Amino acid sequence: MSEIAEHTGTRKKGFFAWIARWLFTTNHKEIGTLYLVLSGIMLLVGGSMAMLIRAELFIPGLQLVQPDFFNQMTTMHGLIMVFGVVMPAFVGLANWMIPMMIGAPDMALPRLNNWSFWILPFAFTILSSTLFLEGPAPNFGWTMYAPLSTTFGPASTDYLIFSVHLMGISSIMGAINVIATILNLRAPGMKMMRLPIFVWSWLITAFLLIAVMPVLAGAVTMMLMDRHFGTSFFNAAGGGDPLLFQHIFWFFGHPEVYIMILPAFGIISEILPTFSRKPIFGYKFMVYAIACIAFLSFIVWAHHMFVSGIPMAAELFFMYATMLIAVPTGVKVFNWVSTMFKGSLTFETPMLFAIAFVILFTIGGFTGLMLAIVPADYQYHDTYFVVGHFHYVLVPGALFSIFAAIYYWLPKWTGRMYNERLGKWHFWLSAISVNITFFPMHFLGLTGMPRRIPDYALQFTDFNMIASIGAFIFGLTQLLFLYNVVRTMFSRRTDNLPDNVWEGAHGLEWTLPTPAPAHTFALPPEVK
Amino acid sequence: MSNAPNSRASAANKRLIAQLLIVVVGMFAFGFALVPLYDIFCDLTGLNGKTAGQVTANSSVVDKERWVKIEFLATNNNGEHLPWDFRPMVKKIRIHPGENKRIAYFAKNNSNKEMTVQAIPSVTPGIAAKYLRKTECFCFNQQTLKAGESMEMPLIFHVDRDLPKDIGTVTLSYTIFDINSKKTPS
Repeated sequence: MSEIAEHTGTRKKGFFAWIARWLFTTNHKEIGTLYLVLSGIMLLVGGSMAMLIRAELFIPGLQLVQPDFFNQMTTMHGLIMVFGVVMPAFVGLANWMIPMMIGAPDMALPRLNNWSFWILPFAFTILSSTLFLEGPAPNFGWTMYAPLSTTFGPASTDYLIFSVHLMGISSIMGAINVIATILNLRAPGMKMMRLPIFVWSWLITAFLLIAVMPVLAGAVTMMLMDRHFGTSFFNAAGGGDPLLFQHIFWFFGHPEVYIMILPAFGIISEILPTFSRKPIFGYKFMVYAIACIAFLSFIVWAHHMFVSGIPMAAELFFMYATMLIAVPTGVKVFNWVSTMFKGSLTFETPMLFAIAFVILFTIGGFTGLMLAIVPADYQYHDTYFVVGHFHYVLVPGALFSIFAAIYYWLPKWTGRMYNERLGKWHFWLSAISVNITFFPMHFLGLTGMPRRIPDYALQFTDFNMIASIGAFIFGLTQLLFLYNVVRTMFSRRTDNLPDNVWEGAHGLEWTLPTPAPAHTFALPPEVK
Repeated sequence: MSNAPNSRASAANKRLIAQLLIVVVGMFAFGFALVPLYDIFCDLTGLNGKTAGQVTANSSVVDKERWVKIEFLATNNNGEHLPWDFRPMVKKIRIHPGENKRIAYFAKNNSNKEMTVQAIPSVTPGIAAKYLRKTECFCFNQQTLKAGESMEMPLIFHVDRDLPKDIGTVTLSYTIFDINSKKTPS
């Protein structure tokens, strides 16, 4: 990247110097890049697992893999996509953009920042190594339900527990850093209610992380104690309760799904105004809506457990609380639409992904509402309907927002414009194939195909074939994205882009030179 | 980044980090606090079908007007790894609320070694759990049988007279768990 070129004269050359430079860097932009690169690599790993899953499900019967290995694939795919792709990508974007958006020279705690990142490659090495060790890798689903993960968990579960601890430590430190940066390093005049919505969304996400990652750490610690230290937290024979695991896990797990979508809301709220050439509609309400969603996320966890035998009163409470989330989410969707309304729209790649996000995320939200209805959930629970639902909010939701963000800010980062034609191909192929992949899953679920099983009844064949074909197209399409980004990063071309790369963009990051130099806002700007 | 003008900012950072770390530690502790809180919540509300511990025999008036059907179930949680026969001696009975009743479960160890099990109760509907009072139960202790040995395990209980009127049948289920080793071979 350009700042590398800028500094090569003053830096020591050679392989070890290069390693040391990235290993010891405290620069928020370089750490942001590291996070994004890690996320990209893990996307390939987790994506390959998804391809294997879809290949096995192409026709009924066992073709490629045995059930135990299939279970390992679904488990690892989930864990890697959640903790290895979506979360690091958002942290990477936060590292790159938050200081530039609030006029800060760097993150508040640069060394901690370095440590937060460098824990992660080790965490994922430990997690992935379970696939190559003797005995099965974790095979009980990413939700790690006891007693599958305690009494019946394979030996590799301990690796999983340790790697989850590492990821938790990394996320918590990252979140502390984000909060400290936003609260303490804003440029003069950058009042809280003038913060870009991406920064707001990350501030709230960081609080969610701080509140729930320790709870996950507690849950896996209890798993470890049950496995090795003779405790019975989740063991009924010793007076514990397996259901308790689900309560603790989902107390973490539901805020976690908002950790994976609130930064996406922030990204979309940056991109839509730029390409609509209008300010965001209802800024204050967008901020309040994010805060409201974050609060509600703590009181809805048992909607994941409607069929576990919880009493009627609790089912009603969690059903209504869950449906309540549709209100602030609806505020956001309507405000995005209002932002575009009567705007001078242009459809560059980031905008295309942002619009697709609004539409497809809303579909995922609707199916979420359907799942919130207790009597309906009795039918949908643990079927492909659930798989369709959460892939709609995570793939054309979270992942599309990450694509949009990378296309949107890549010119600012590298000083070069990505290939717009290739970007459009990436978008259209992705947008079409993502629907081919995940839409049929709803029908499969409604007719009763259970999730996490490598074989299925004959009547599900057609929709499974369609979904698999869509998945293969989607998987291959991502190579276009990878090529486009890598080519833009390493090209020797100079594009002489203006500071404000997109004519309709506002915000401090667009006042900086393009490409953004290694050190920006050494003197805080005055925000008028 | 530790220039002189930043010293005030770094003090602010330190204070903020300390506060946030307290939240982190607090939430970690909260995760563990959920364990007793969960039990207390279930005890108070009678949710989860867990029956309470031992009580003294009922001496209050028996409600002769009302009949409640009690059904008994037995489950072996460890299947082939726990070669025990385990069943109620009687499948169902009818009793009056307040009436003390004695029944028994039969258990036989078919393996060739001494084994210990723990029986865990569960009541359906869950709301009835707190009205089912046990004076004596084999589930209060671990049960050990030598190879080939069998025994009748007593259960003395009564149903509280406050059992909600709409409940006519209460199912009491016992699951036995192999506790010879913490880990079950899989």
